[in-house]
Amino acid sequence: MLMNIYRKAEFLLNITRSQGIARRYFVVNGFDGALTMLGMILGFQLSASAPLSITINACLGAAIALGVSGASSAYISELAERRHALIKLEEAMLEDLQESAHSEAARWVPMIIALVNGSAPLFISLVILSPLLLTHAGIVLPISPLFLAIILALIIVFLLGVFLGRIAGTSWLRSGLQTLFIAITTSVLIFLFTGY
Amino acid sequence: MIAVKRVVLDVLKPHQPNALEFCQALSAAVEGSTVRVTVIAVDEKTESLEVSVEATLIDFDLLQAVISKMGGALHSIDEVEVKNEPSI
Repeated sequence: MLMNIYRKAEFLLNITRSQGIARRYFVVNGFDGALTMLGMILGFQLSASAPLSITINACLGAAIALGVSGASSAYISELAERRHALIKLEEAMLEDLQESAHSEAARWVPMIIALVNGSAPLFISLVILSPLLLTHAGIVLPISPLFLAIILALIIVFLLGVFLGRIAGTSWLRSGLQTLFIAITTSVLIFLFTGY
Repeated sequence: MIAVKRVVLDVLKPHQPNALEFCQALSAAVEGSTVRVTVIAVDEKTESLEVSVEATLIDFDLLQAVISKMGGALHSIDEVEVKNEPSI
């Protein structure tokens, strides 16, 4: 059943040529999620020792907001784009396509893209927050959970760059280092402008 | 029983699904069929196809439904071959 859903989603993304859009949304919003978590955790790291529960709640709140914002904005914009594309196709075909796979795609593709766009920052944020969540659950980590979360955020940003490099067919290392440079620049800016 | 053995159709369809996927979908709908698709003309958003389907028994309504499902429009039936087979 899961395989059928996957094949159906792949077919609908294919006929609307939306695979690239979904991939782009995944990277863009995943990057948003990773940098937001990095910024928040660095902010807490630089602040006078805030209780872990406050850090977790603030970061989870931001992660959920990013997820909902990503899903809803992608759904609304993609729905409008898909409807427009369907109308243009119907004009070219001189035919009502309501019973076709294209009409089905106009309904489902925005939902698939919204799911990707919403889940990317949420999932990535949860991975970054995992050391904090584990510590909160009573599991003792060898190093500070905030420091570990920062390391995880940098690794994820690097991996997103590697992913982009592989799509573009360019050097994965160069692409990974580029995105890592952005994350380090963000960290430096946070160090410069916070911690008062 | 009158059995439709072969049809040649003039179909207009969007670029996606492509000719191969379109051909495979038609073939999957008619058991034991051989489907040939020839792209006759390509426009900005659409392409015209000559679709030839051969099988021991073609369910034409089903064939038409698959064409519609794939976003195609049947413009004309250009050739038909039917056989009056004795009932068993």
